[in-house]
Amino acid sequence: MKFRIQRYDPDKDAKPYFRDYDVEIGPSDRMLLDALVRIKALDDSLSLRRSCREGVCGSDAMNINGKNQLACITKLVDLKEPVVIRPLPGLPIVRDLIVDMTQFFAQYHSVKPYLVNDEPPPEKERPQSPREREELDGLYECILCACCSTACPSFWWNPDKFVGPAGLLQAYRFIADSRDTAANERLDNLEDPYRLFRCHTIMNCVDVCPKGLNPSLAIGKIRTLLAKRAV
Amino acid sequence: MTIAVRKFDAVIVGAGGSGMRAALELAHAGLRVAVLSKVFPTRSHTVAAQGGIGAALANMGEDHWIWHMYDTIKGSDYLGDQDAIEFMCRAAPEVVIELEHFGMPFDRNENGTIYQRPFGGHSANFGEKPVQRSSCAADRTGHAMLHTLYQRNVRAKTQFFVEWMALDLVRDASGRVLGVTALEMESGEMAVFHARATLFATGGAGRIFHSSTNAFINTGDGLGMAARAGIALEDMEFWQFHPTGVAGAGILITEGVRGEGGYLLNKDGERFMERYAPNMKDLASRDVVSRAMATEIKEGRGLGEHGDHVLLKLDHLGLETIEKRLPGIREISIKFANVDPVKDPIPVVPTVHYQMGGIPTNYHGEVLAWDGTRDTPVPGFYAAGECGCASVHGANRLGTNSLTDLLVFGRSAGRAMIEFIRGEGEAIPELPKDAADLSRMRVARLDSQSGGEDVHEVRNEVQRTMQAHCGVFRFPDLLAQGVAKVKAVAERAKRTQIKDKSKVFNTARIEALELDNLVETARATMICAAAREESRGAHDRADHPKRDDQNWLKHTLWSREGDRLAYKPVHLKPLTVETFQPKARVY
Repeated sequence: MKFRIQRYDPDKDAKPYFRDYDVEIGPSDRMLLDALVRIKALDDSLSLRRSCREGVCGSDAMNINGKNQLACITKLVDLKEPVVIRPLPGLPIVRDLIVDMTQFFAQYHSVKPYLVNDEPPPEKERPQSPREREELDGLYECILCACCSTACPSFWWNPDKFVGPAGLLQAYRFIADSRDTAANERLDNLEDPYRLFRCHTIMNCVDVCPKGLNPSLAIGKIRTLLAKRAV
Repeated sequence: MTIAVRKFDAVIVGAGGSGMRAALELAHAGLRVAVLSKVFPTRSHTVAAQGGIGAALANMGEDHWIWHMYDTIKGSDYLGDQDAIEFMCRAAPEVVIELEHFGMPFDRNENGTIYQRPFGGHSANFGEKPVQRSSCAADRTGHAMLHTLYQRNVRAKTQFFVEWMALDLVRDASGRVLGVTALEMESGEMAVFHARATLFATGGAGRIFHSSTNAFINTGDGLGMAARAGIALEDMEFWQFHPTGVAGAGILITEGVRGEGGYLLNKDGERFMERYAPNMKDLASRDVVSRAMATEIKEGRGLGEHGDHVLLKLDHLGLETIEKRLPGIREISIKFANVDPVKDPIPVVPTVHYQMGGIPTNYHGEVLAWDGTRDTPVPGFYAAGECGCASVHGANRLGTNSLTDLLVFGRSAGRAMIEFIRGEGEAIPELPKDAADLSRMRVARLDSQSGGEDVHEVRNEVQRTMQAHCGVFRFPDLLAQGVAKVKAVAERAKRTQIKDKSKVFNTARIEALELDNLVETARATMICAAAREESRGAHDRADHPKRDDQNWLKHTLWSREGDRLAYKPVHLKPLTVETFQPKARVY
């Protein structure tokens, strides 16, 4: 099977280039990551992140035939050859398929991604009804792979100012949590021409999310809450 | 060449469940703590845990910590230390409630309490019937827990060193542990983390086997570092084969599927667990279920072209339950088995999942050295989670007890470290002059090695050897050959070579350094397994099919130097209750 992989090692390369690989796929190779591991066995200089190989850790997000996906749950049979693989777009390249995710995590951290409730906790769990808990479905499952934010043109242009779909999804995860008491501060934190309102509902985030989540919907709900609050 | 030295009160290696739980204790105590992780914290392998956290919250009906304790001891095939098990089961409800307060999105009951599901080996009233004890967030409990702990650490402003790989433990001439050496992956630079207290929370080493549910990162780094520093490893022969790995892919399918009412079928469509465990059936403990499956397969009742797997049926649970309680399983089955479990059963096979043994500790997470008559803590050194051996899992871990272990012993290790650091006064012992020598030599050898061995091939050889010689059923001749083979491959691993010489994010170098740790773990496992002449829990010897309490109710200790073995007694005395005497194990 044929692959065209973007390579770049700042130690020796002036700029990124593509290298072609033609490897024999084994009978147990199902996903793109299986093929990349095979390529790395032949060329140990190919650098990528990977861990769980089942789509839950979020390490191996990359741009595959033009779309941001996780290599470990992208089936080889579904890929057109040569499979063109690049690092996630919009973030600085560290090496080969490894990008610098500092900006992405800074935006995640900027939404205070933790439960805030400073009332003394009860002896038992804080009660939450199944309905209240369902509000978190489609939000808490995010694996922070960055497929969405690095597919978003608004994030490409303003990664320092626009929170991006992943961060906003998590902002809403805590706003929606019946146990959290900081919804107002969270909304204040987002009421800004850039932080939230750079989203132009292009919906690339929804299109690429490997977990089938919908950041655009969450962003819409934050907008609605802000609008309601303004009345 | 001088190496940067960074000083902290505490250094934690590993940012999975136990490392981050310990970090919270230390950060809340206002101590300076560095958490080193090979991967961004939320990518640690705790993320892949599915089924739940065992704790006798009694949210679904009557339950008591002592029932949980009994189940854990029985599950361990009586090899677990009963003081540590009592400690864990008593603390379990508290740490689960704490986690809820941290923000964990647990599933809920109508009355607002945490939903709990049945799980293998967990029973009411000392084995009478299954009990609902597994606190869960759908089938993504580990993911929800790991993210919650990370989030809480963000709030506590814990200092993370992300994509730093620890290389070696630093000890002074007296044996006092003073931190670790570590490599920053992005820059290729090495540093010494000089700390009063050091915690290993490095997780498991399932990657010593060819087929495993474990992530690529699970290479036994803590075990390798401890072994190289002269710490003996405990009970390394005990490896859990999880009954339900996706056939051919090794991906985990939670026991929660059977907890919610799924069951196993052989090629005749028979629900065969009824024969092996008439009472608990598909919810017998994992060693029992895995052996039953392997027996069915061996006796020709498996399915598929090679008759090499059985089926896990859950379609009868209905779309609604599957979507609500097991959505991740449906996703995995469709992707990795080409099966939608709403309609068809999932092909499954017992797959290496968890290491019961590890770095010996007490229930405060203090690492222990055995001198032949008693255990003494190694000053400044702690271990928790899968890399540690408290020993609460003994010869076989119950499902859900891994996450319980992470929370309980992460917390207790953190607390013990605080006490140690505060009790020590101002002066921290100086680093020995040779603190970084071993790590420097290992990296320098890799950089200069020529005509050496290919990392990928040597790793493959380790994994194939473990798979073929140290499986569900173990045979004396295969084990003896296995010992010779792992020793031979350990020699090859000393001469590994990498072509990539770049300083920047050199993953070839990382994989070569990981291989050193895999080799130590594999060697320990094979040698301990060859020596234990009985069948107990996950260790099943064809030539000694019975448990032998007379001769083998004891923990194994393997030392790297000369592959020496020693044994120490099991702690049969709990903290406050009567001993659960070993008896025949029936499910």
